[in-house]
Amino acid sequence: MPFDPNEFKEEALEAYTSKITKKRSRQIVVNKREPDEVVPEILANSRTIPGILTMRGCCYAGCKGVVLGPTRDILQIVHGAIGCSFYAWNTRRNKTRPTSPEDQNFMPYMFSTDLQEDEIVFGGEKKLLAAAEEAYSIFHPRAIALFSTCPVGLIGDDVHKVARELEEAHPGLNAFAFSCEGYKGVSQSAGHHIANNKLMMKVIGISEKAKPGKFRFNILGEYNIGGDAFEMERLADKMGLTIQCTLSGNSCYDEMTAAQTADLNVVMCHRSINYVAEMMETKFGIPWFKVEFIGADATSMAFRKIAEYFEDEELKARVEKVIAEEMVEVEKARAEAYEICKGKTVALFVGGSRAHHYQNLFKELGMNVVAAGYEFAHRDDYEGRKVIPSILVDADSRNIEQIAVHPDEAQFHPRKTPEEMEKLRKEGISFDDYKGMMNDMPANTLIIDDLNHHELEKLIEKYHPDIIAAGIKEKYVVQKQGIPMKQLHSYDYSGPYAGYKGAVNFYKEISRLLTQTPFKLAKAPWQEHPELTGSFVYNDGGR
Amino acid sequence: MYLRHTPEKIIERHALTINAAKTCQPIGAMYAALGVHNCLPHSHGSQGCCAYHRSSLTRHYNDPIMATTSSFSEGSSVFGGMSNLNEAIKNIFTLYNPDIIAVHTTCLSEVIGDDLGQIIKNAYQEGRVPPGKVVMHTNTPSFKGSHITGFSNMVTSFVSYMTKKSGKPNGCINIIPSFIEPSDMTEIKRLLTEMGIKFIMLPDTSDVVNGPMDGKFHMFPKGGTTKEQIISMGDSSLTIGLGQIGAEAAPKLLNSKFKVPMELSDLPIGLKATDEFVNLLHEKCGIAVPETLELERGQLLDAMIDKNQYVSGRKVSIVGDPDIVLGMCQFCVENDMKVIHAVSGTPTSEAWEARLREICGPQAVVKTGERADMFYLHQLIKNERPDLLMGNTYAKGIARDEDIPLIRIGYPIYDRMGQQYMPVTGYRGGMRLFCKVLETLMDRQDRDCREEDLEFIM
Repeated sequence: MPFDPNEFKEEALEAYTSKITKKRSRQIVVNKREPDEVVPEILANSRTIPGILTMRGCCYAGCKGVVLGPTRDILQIVHGAIGCSFYAWNTRRNKTRPTSPEDQNFMPYMFSTDLQEDEIVFGGEKKLLAAAEEAYSIFHPRAIALFSTCPVGLIGDDVHKVARELEEAHPGLNAFAFSCEGYKGVSQSAGHHIANNKLMMKVIGISEKAKPGKFRFNILGEYNIGGDAFEMERLADKMGLTIQCTLSGNSCYDEMTAAQTADLNVVMCHRSINYVAEMMETKFGIPWFKVEFIGADATSMAFRKIAEYFEDEELKARVEKVIAEEMVEVEKARAEAYEICKGKTVALFVGGSRAHHYQNLFKELGMNVVAAGYEFAHRDDYEGRKVIPSILVDADSRNIEQIAVHPDEAQFHPRKTPEEMEKLRKEGISFDDYKGMMNDMPANTLIIDDLNHHELEKLIEKYHPDIIAAGIKEKYVVQKQGIPMKQLHSYDYSGPYAGYKGAVNFYKEISRLLTQTPFKLAKAPWQEHPELTGSFVYNDGGR
Repeated sequence: MYLRHTPEKIIERHALTINAAKTCQPIGAMYAALGVHNCLPHSHGSQGCCAYHRSSLTRHYNDPIMATTSSFSEGSSVFGGMSNLNEAIKNIFTLYNPDIIAVHTTCLSEVIGDDLGQIIKNAYQEGRVPPGKVVMHTNTPSFKGSHITGFSNMVTSFVSYMTKKSGKPNGCINIIPSFIEPSDMTEIKRLLTEMGIKFIMLPDTSDVVNGPMDGKFHMFPKGGTTKEQIISMGDSSLTIGLGQIGAEAAPKLLNSKFKVPMELSDLPIGLKATDEFVNLLHEKCGIAVPETLELERGQLLDAMIDKNQYVSGRKVSIVGDPDIVLGMCQFCVENDMKVIHAVSGTPTSEAWEARLREICGPQAVVKTGERADMFYLHQLIKNERPDLLMGNTYAKGIARDEDIPLIRIGYPIYDRMGQQYMPVTGYRGGMRLFCKVLETLMDRQDRDCREEDLEFIM
């Protein structure tokens, strides 16, 4: 460690007013000192201070952009002014692969009511209904989702009523609405929760169209950015596992409606989807555990855990065989990249799980994480789920609807007996748990929640990491300073980075970033030697 | 097919916009404010607006886009955003210390009725604004206009907040461009400099959003119209607005408030429109057009004559922002190309549409405003296929499905490089545009022709 992280903290806080210092000092923490010490408490999921250059987005972005956006055949209409729908149009790189040329795929389209001043004054419900009717008549969807944006909540449009009217007018159509106005909550996180609730109430469990297969599970919180879900599908296929549904990368409506037929839920992005995991366990009796498919070793561990869960020797053997096969290429690529990357430092500030997961890949390259933080996570994503009971519910969280689910009379059946669960626990599967990012990070590393521009600048000044991973808004701030920057929302338009092929892609990408020539050309020759020493060839005409 | 559900039959819609050919006002306001030196754009609304606009502008420019937000919570949406803005002002001056905070509203703050003028006035009175610093605002409700009107509103508000008239002429003319690229602003400035005209351009995003790599991050880059320049605009002898839709309001205000005479011109895209702009400068400023510009003009004309056969009669569909669409249409027409579709989601006027129809001829379908979107354009294209499509990144789905070459123009261009560095305005921009069109069409010919028809001299 080049210096004491407390020094960074002190200096970063110096610039602030006392009010901000008070708050930010709880959001910047130095990780546990001893490996067995309990990680310190961090303030998270708390309001961003107005005027501070933040990375965060809004509730709508979390609901429509993150959770619902990646599914291809639920027609999604954004009720509001044009921008909200425009900015969510093909910008997150959730890939989808329709199964046939006739398959419905609405993802290339953005739908908006493009609210105008008159409708703001007199109400926009009629326009929303008319817009949905037009969409229905042109596209013939089986499901329509309506999303509220900021003004909608304020003018009092009842989007849920419009959804009901659509269902009445079109028997067989599943229409539902999200009250995900941008001002709700403190970040995208509120929108995840709202999306989770509605998926439970209106989509998951309404059909029995299960995919065939002996070992059937869902992947929750995987959004197929850059084709990550494709890689998991490829591996699951090879291993003889069946992914009933991915929430929601490369997913379709039918898969979602029968998600309750699966026998296991594995959770990737804990932040955005843990509510569904919990509710499905209560309602349908499906156990869940946390996995990471980011990092080759983490991927192997995840599939081993899944095989362990299904308690089938043949499956276990197949999984081992595939791991062995896949690791050949991975190890070769890793060895090459390791030489370039080892000992280099990285800081990651992204999302609600990626700042954690991507540490796996950097570690595989021998790199050291000096600082990390989430954009919109909660304390449990930092410190582990065990802190959930102690998280204070503030006014911003209280406004997000909590729904109560109960065991479904017809569909609830526990997948394992309590004894079987106990046995699996003993074998090392931690059900219903996420240990959080901080427990995976070494002592004396910095954890910064909701990092802002000033702190990023300070971090660069103090640590000068060899790579910084964050989002598009930070990309060029970092790169202008001569530090390679890796976007971990959009992957800089490459990928996949999940699974084995993803790991290979990532190793190569990080190696490229660390060795690229243009960065080395920053100084022009005359800037290296600014002193004027030449003869006056120009002035005396060359004589 | 990528856009597999777009039917050929055009169905009239009254409520639903699909694949918009516009975005919302605040992003235009943010972009305009970046064109003022030492100015920090501030979004008064939910965090998401600011995050989306910054992301979008960053993707387009591949440069840092700095802007702050009032970070509304549900509470501020109920009780008003005054305290959020006051807190933001304090924090911004403490942490980032710009000369100017340029606030724009969002649909949220407009609907709850925050009176920005009053809040800012109070902020001054209560000493929240440090001496010599400026806080100003513009109204950009997203449920009106588009990013083009938002841009225009912010420019106009700079004038209304800051410009003064001392009575002493400053020897300058004012140039107010519509929402165009920094490269185009540089090119227009070069034309003026070539002519020896002193000017103030507002805004000027060159050297701000297309900054160099110099090993440092500059929160406030070198470029941008200075505060002193904006103040001085009331003392200029003339204002020229470049773009009938996006550059009308500020010249009008300078005219009504400070009696600065105004001329509203088209964006100088293509030979004729550049001629008109140069001629206007020649007439209004009483300056002979220098040989250097006549040379540039002559070269462009030469190229147009030499390769006319490759572009003449080619059908073109154009979608984008109105001032740019109109400029592109003029460029196509002066090269004997046939514009068959011209679409812009930005609302214009009947007179503007009529003028565009006159420029393009009776074969052209012209539509602007609500539901003039890319879904509609795609349906038009399915009914009559152009040889060339001009539009932003989002037109690429149509280009791919229908196998039509696409030339990227307007906002946003997320998937190609160059627009921020190389202009389409002026004679040199015209040359670049002409060569681009030519190369695109010639590449097609080389790709599609029979083996025996592959030409080596074209």
